[in-house]
Amino acid sequence: MTLLLLTAPPSAMAQSVTNTPDSPAAVDIAGLSATASKLAKAKLRQRAAIVSELEASGGEAALPLFSAMLAGDLRYRKADQRIVTTGEPVGDDEIVSVADAITGEALESASEGAFRKVRVNNSLRIQLRKTIARLTLMSSKPALREQAALNMLSKPDADNLPLLAEALAKEPDASIRESIELAMAVSTVKVSTDSTARLAALDTMSGNLNPAVRNELNRLIAVDDDGNPEEADKAVRDKAATTLDGIESRVSFFRFLETLFFGLSLGSVLMLAALGLAITFGVMGVINMAHGELIMLGAYTTFVVQLLMPNHIGLSILVAIPAAFVVSGLVGILIERGVIRFLHGRPLETLLATFGISLILQQAVRSIFSPLNRPVSTPEWMSGALELNPVLSLTYNRLYILVFALIVFFVLQMVLKKTSLGLNVRAVSQNRNMAKAIGIRSERVDALTFGLGSGIAGVAGVALSQLTNVGPNLGQTYIIDSFLVVVFGGAGNLWGTLVGGFTLGIANKFMEPVTGAVLANILVLIFIILFIQKRPRGLFPQKGRAADS
Amino acid sequence: MTTITQRRSLLSSNVRNFIGLLFLVTALATIGNTMFAEGSIFYVSTYTITLLGKYLTFAILALAVDLIWGYCGILSLGHGAFFALGGYAMGMYLMRQIGDRGVYGNAELPDFMVFLNWQELPWFWSGFDSFGFALLMMMFVPGLLAFVFGMLAFRSRVTGVYLSIMTQALTYALMLAFFRNEMGFGGNNGLTDFKELLGFDLQADSTRLGLFIATSVVLAVAYGISHFVMASRLGRVIIAIRDGEARARFLGYRTDHYKVWLFVFSAALAGIAGALYVPQVGIINPGEFSPLNSIEIVVWVAVGGRGTLYGAVIGAILVNYLKTRFTAIMPEAWLFGLGALFVAVTLFMPNGIVGLFRREKSDDNNDDGSDTTPPLTTTAEAS
Repeated sequence: MTLLLLTAPPSAMAQSVTNTPDSPAAVDIAGLSATASKLAKAKLRQRAAIVSELEASGGEAALPLFSAMLAGDLRYRKADQRIVTTGEPVGDDEIVSVADAITGEALESASEGAFRKVRVNNSLRIQLRKTIARLTLMSSKPALREQAALNMLSKPDADNLPLLAEALAKEPDASIRESIELAMAVSTVKVSTDSTARLAALDTMSGNLNPAVRNELNRLIAVDDDGNPEEADKAVRDKAATTLDGIESRVSFFRFLETLFFGLSLGSVLMLAALGLAITFGVMGVINMAHGELIMLGAYTTFVVQLLMPNHIGLSILVAIPAAFVVSGLVGILIERGVIRFLHGRPLETLLATFGISLILQQAVRSIFSPLNRPVSTPEWMSGALELNPVLSLTYNRLYILVFALIVFFVLQMVLKKTSLGLNVRAVSQNRNMAKAIGIRSERVDALTFGLGSGIAGVAGVALSQLTNVGPNLGQTYIIDSFLVVVFGGAGNLWGTLVGGFTLGIANKFMEPVTGAVLANILVLIFIILFIQKRPRGLFPQKGRAADS
Repeated sequence: MTTITQRRSLLSSNVRNFIGLLFLVTALATIGNTMFAEGSIFYVSTYTITLLGKYLTFAILALAVDLIWGYCGILSLGHGAFFALGGYAMGMYLMRQIGDRGVYGNAELPDFMVFLNWQELPWFWSGFDSFGFALLMMMFVPGLLAFVFGMLAFRSRVTGVYLSIMTQALTYALMLAFFRNEMGFGGNNGLTDFKELLGFDLQADSTRLGLFIATSVVLAVAYGISHFVMASRLGRVIIAIRDGEARARFLGYRTDHYKVWLFVFSAALAGIAGALYVPQVGIINPGEFSPLNSIEIVVWVAVGGRGTLYGAVIGAILVNYLKTRFTAIMPEAWLFGLGALFVAVTLFMPNGIVGLFRREKSDDNNDDGSDTTPPLTTTAEAS
């Protein structure tokens, strides 16, 4: 499997070369600078020769110069004819980020008039491109070599072949050899006239997921408007078709895995959002419509924590998790003590009162933080993606949230099963009077249970702040889905929430490509309505006395 | 206890008083609008008339919710969906009345369909040229949805909180669906730019007054029918279901049939309210399906006092009046106020405003139907 390294723009590559000149000691920097200076006075026709001379004497050290020249960012200073790389003019024709083209030494910026551009024409550009390709392919840096091979892979060309063959002979790294061989194969298939060589090249390409390979194969099997195949050689054509079939089935397999990953990711979010609800609803029988707003509070806590420690964004998320748990948990306890305990045993009225609280919380956030979405930044260790191959890449934030959701789930399971608080909670949920009779302070347990459920909502908010916009409506978007998860999973135990969340998430993502996002939502809803026909209390119904009341 | 005589007579004192009051208000507003010139203290502006008309449609809607929540204990958080469906049925009729006076001047297609490059009218728009058909659909579509949903939910004994959440999810799903342009109901923008209803110009003062009076009449009729139903044997069974569904079932009543029937009736009533609402405000869009709207209706009923029909009407008018005032003076405060209202009503006024007065009255007069005040949630539905 080809390991694809993160692609960086060529100019950034060139910059990294200038910053850390580790070019072979054999290169005579002074001599190279002198040669380069000739570019200043040379006529366009003579520049081709100078480029060749630079390549011969400087090799890789001249790479930044070539890149800048190709991009039109190469200038010379009128005063001393020193060749420099520059940025685009800014403001009043001020030329900034000036650096020596050979040594990379930073020079002071000056007005545009102090410089003159080193002009290039098309034939020079072609020469430069080839030179750059050659130099990067032989570069001392593996990342550059890999990049060069992949570049050539996506632009198959007859001229590539000798270059690639030369590079292959010298290449020590096995994975880069693979890329080079692949690039050779694609170029061979495209330009060669030798049927056997092309068939062999097709063998090399088989099973590869790089889009360039699929492009080339598609070109081979294409037919023109009259229905005649574009490719004359029938053996090659047939072989290309079978190779493409093999690749396509691998691609669809990885696409399937990708959809599965998205489903798991959505499921983990749904589960995380619904876990707190499962505790307050399943254990206490309280419908908390303000649950979504407690999630929102968690997300805003993340925002505030990031405001307080702007220089440690990477750490801020880790700080935000306990902070959000405490903030949402306290607000939850406040709600329980202030309102819910007076409505004990009247679920429909609890529903209305907590909905009122959700409106107040929403408006409070709107008044304090403005109605606009607030930016929450993603720490570096959570951004980017794990690229398994050109088709399948898993974004780190979703991956971490998936893992995080499972950790929260198991920690919560432990709290309920192994701690004395958990024991009390279960005792009160099963038979309140009996629990009271044996000395459990049910009021305190209620407050703590509600606080726990609300705290989990806050933690879910931290996770959501990494995936969606943080705004006053964040809670509303998730509340209905969370309820559906709990209704589907059943209030009996937390496993229902886990299974419910992942089932709904995966089902949603698999339907989406076929039906569109909205219809998928509606179909899931219809499915749940039909499902609770059969199991009115969800997948894992509450058992025992509590279920009868 | 509701007496036998009350049950027999359609015009019991309750209904007579209500209709009398409603007639008085309607007549005074009409006279104020037509007889007095602007500037007089008795003058009622057409703006106020339209506002009153809007409140009355909300009162019909609240009546519908009260029927199932107050009398049967089914808390529907999705009644806004039935209201909006009725509104869309009326909106579609009004769209067809525009004819070729739209921006694109296309007599065959409404503007938004021309804009979306549709070639012909979708099948579900056919028939809406006729007012009679539209009138039927205003009740039939919400009723059908309520029937299907109710059959599924009540037959499998989905009750209490589970049912409330399912109804909320229902209206949420409909909102998502109606936001789509492909649905053929104008997407995000909904239906608007109406010209005339039954040939009357919708912008004209007289039409607005007419709509107000029509709404008032519909409210009076709906009130009378609702009262009659609830005082009848059927109503007794429905109240029995609320107070002890299992017992009613064991007595041999098919409780699910009663619930479905009441749910459909309530949905059709909500649909009519929506149909009267649309020509008065001049627009219907998917925002009407939003779960917040539906839950607001419940609060109107809770504020007024559930289980008493006039309580629902009082609550709807009062809360909406407050909303109009508050959103004009300090829009920021409205959600705070509404939220506080939710909490305060459930904590301190479980029987609503009507309950406050009822308690004093019940000392000297115990048979004014106070048994219809629900013991909010009975053990049967406390899950």
